[in-house]
Amino acid sequence: MTNPVKKYPTEPLKCWNEAKSLRTQYYENYLHAHKNGGLRWAGGAWSFSSVPAGLGDDVHSVTGEPYGATIAFHKDFASECHDAVEAAGFPRTLCAYMRNYWGAILLDKFILADGRVIPGYPTPDFIWQDHICCSHGKWYEIVKWLEKKKGKEIPMFCTDVSVGYSLTPPEKFRVDYIVNQLQDGILWLEKVTGRTYNDQLLCDAVWNEMKSTSLWAEVCALNQVIPTPIDEKTMYSLYVIGTLMKHRPECAAFYEKLRDEVQNRVDRGIAAIPHERFRVITDTQPPWGFLKIFRAMENYGVVSLGSLYSFGLIGMWEYQPDGKWIPKPLPSSKPATREEALRAIVEWTLNRPEWAHFYRPELKTQMMKSIVQQWKANAVLLHYNRGCEGLSVHIAENRLGLLKDGIQVFSFEGNMGDEREFDYPGTMARVTAFFESMGLEKLSTEGGP
Amino acid sequence: MSEPFQKFRDWIDNRHEYAKEWKATRNRRIAGYFCTYVPEEILIAANVLPVRILGSHEPPTVTEPYVFAMFCHLCRDSLAQGLKGRFDYLDGIVEGQSCLHLRQAYNAWRLHIPIDYAFYIHVPHGVQTRHALPYYTEELRKFKRSLGEWTGRKITERDLARGINVMNRNRDLMHKIYEYRKPNNPKLTGLEAMEMVLSSQMVDKEDHNGALEELLKTLPSREMDRNPGVRLMIIGCEDDDRIFMKNVENLGATFVIDEHCTGSRYFWNLVDSSIQDRLVAIADRYISRIPCPSKDWPELTRIKQAVNLAQTYNVQGALVIQNKFCDPHGIEVPPLREELKAVGVPTYPLEFDVTVPWGQFRTRVEAFLETLTGLEELF
Repeated sequence: MTNPVKKYPTEPLKCWNEAKSLRTQYYENYLHAHKNGGLRWAGGAWSFSSVPAGLGDDVHSVTGEPYGATIAFHKDFASECHDAVEAAGFPRTLCAYMRNYWGAILLDKFILADGRVIPGYPTPDFIWQDHICCSHGKWYEIVKWLEKKKGKEIPMFCTDVSVGYSLTPPEKFRVDYIVNQLQDGILWLEKVTGRTYNDQLLCDAVWNEMKSTSLWAEVCALNQVIPTPIDEKTMYSLYVIGTLMKHRPECAAFYEKLRDEVQNRVDRGIAAIPHERFRVITDTQPPWGFLKIFRAMENYGVVSLGSLYSFGLIGMWEYQPDGKWIPKPLPSSKPATREEALRAIVEWTLNRPEWAHFYRPELKTQMMKSIVQQWKANAVLLHYNRGCEGLSVHIAENRLGLLKDGIQVFSFEGNMGDEREFDYPGTMARVTAFFESMGLEKLSTEGGP
Repeated sequence: MSEPFQKFRDWIDNRHEYAKEWKATRNRRIAGYFCTYVPEEILIAANVLPVRILGSHEPPTVTEPYVFAMFCHLCRDSLAQGLKGRFDYLDGIVEGQSCLHLRQAYNAWRLHIPIDYAFYIHVPHGVQTRHALPYYTEELRKFKRSLGEWTGRKITERDLARGINVMNRNRDLMHKIYEYRKPNNPKLTGLEAMEMVLSSQMVDKEDHNGALEELLKTLPSREMDRNPGVRLMIIGCEDDDRIFMKNVENLGATFVIDEHCTGSRYFWNLVDSSIQDRLVAIADRYISRIPCPSKDWPELTRIKQAVNLAQTYNVQGALVIQNKFCDPHGIEVPPLREELKAVGVPTYPLEFDVTVPWGQFRTRVEAFLETLTGLEELF
């Protein structure tokens, strides 16, 4: 008789509902901003969101990638969006989030966090974007073009951040290039909104963003323990707050509360799943319409404790001299002027882990190896994501780099935002075969093999 | 066919033999580059021969471990050439930042193919911002310094002037030859124009300029023994598919102008030699050139150039080429088609891969040509 697998205590996250509420409120705030005299802007999750914050507390955004992911999660609406975009003549091979987003505009519908689709796409007052992958600037250029066809002129500002990546502090001329663009951007914001810019609000927002992104890394770092206190499927609902409003005080406050709760779970030995016995990390966005993969993995006692994506899309990290990867500490003081704030947020942002692989695959491989080692992962599940050029770039090199170091790698092909490009049964057959090749058997309901 | 056109074709067909012989006789280095955003002026100034790395249009069988197949065929096919050893004479590789696709080809080459020198130039994407010029100039200073260290020879202002002059001469000559595509019966076919520009990316510009000068002597009196048929434009991604060009032109059409980086976009803009600081002048050229869509935001400026060319060259219709998986170009397809339609130029989109399904494409292109000329009599 085989010994039953150890069962860890589990319990729901206490701040779960707060995360849901923040996300719901975020979309509601955007939708109703004009009713209260506020402003709406659109841009990517990586845009310098702390900069428009200097226009006032009543300025609300919808960030593109999380919105595209929300659509993807609701597959029926996603399907409508894909049809609309293809009918408009765009190739179906483009970024899936972008197609979802454009589809909603073409359909003139807006989806809320709970999946309710309401008529009338709420047009932004301006676009505030940045550009590191092939699609970022182009995405909103087309938003502008689509809205113009409806008779709406949307001003757009896009900051070029494609200056490379370094584990050491970036060269001054690279930082200057971005800071100078943002300086122009503030003048542009004043011009297109007619508002007077408030530097104090900027400094507060920059500081909030630094706190939020460092705190999220602290949360992720707690997953190094066995059993892992939160699994990646849960983390998706938590990291998203940072992708929506990393510069907001409520985001920093939520992550602080979350960090304390997860620490408490660690202290009490509370696990994410009851029968953790095999730890994996993933890579890139998941196929959002098929998160049930993670539940199916639990049947084998497999937990995904995160990924460079969920740790580093928003979370900020740095290497210590001893090679340990740790949450990036905050600077010694909060910025006090516009110039200080812009320089601080640019230098901070250029350190974003999920930007490294755009330039040198070796850097991402190194970070993934660090996660495998420090977080005690047994294998890596690589999602070859047809929906995202930006995060799939160099993924084949990452696979080779991990294999070279003797790390077990399972790769599968899919699409984060277009369900037509994900073969759920086929993927499950292959991934379960992979687990079985790792010596795992499916658990019985009692937790035994 | 005129002799220079045959020379351009021979250079393409025998590009590797040409490069090896060039290297052996001159005892200089050769650097491969992937994207036309690499400033060849500086390589020429360093006495390094720049040659563009392109594919062979054979199904790539060796790239799967290195590049995920959802990236465009150009990057995979280009890398395949390196993995198969066809560019074994290269001493270095250089990439000028453009798209993620070619960046992967560059990095895979750097990591898996023995090479003495590799440099990635962070060409700004924000070419519409006023801050791109000082930034890019600084980036070019780094490149110049690096090249000097690699070759063991400091690049002087005089060297840069030479690089600028030879590149500008090449561009100017090709401009003059493109003028001969404007008449009702163009003096050269689209295939010949493509082979002229493509070969320019593969051989010593001094040699190429010599051939262009020869061509300009004979081109005005060249009599074309073919009916030009429908005046077509080809627009879109990198395209060096000569078989496609030839086949379309055999259907009763002539490509009288193009807008892609193996055509007009490669040479359209010159370095402003009145700018005293030569690195600034070079940086300015690459920032203000007709942009690749990857850098063309927040305003769609390339489309204006496409429309302008279509009108200047009096085209009747345009084929819009989309390399499968190329996001920057794919994103622009609907606005591009709409703008051309607005000036009375019908378009037809075609998705290209490493090989082109000519059987299907033939039917589709023929149907498009029929819409431009009126239906053929069936009986």
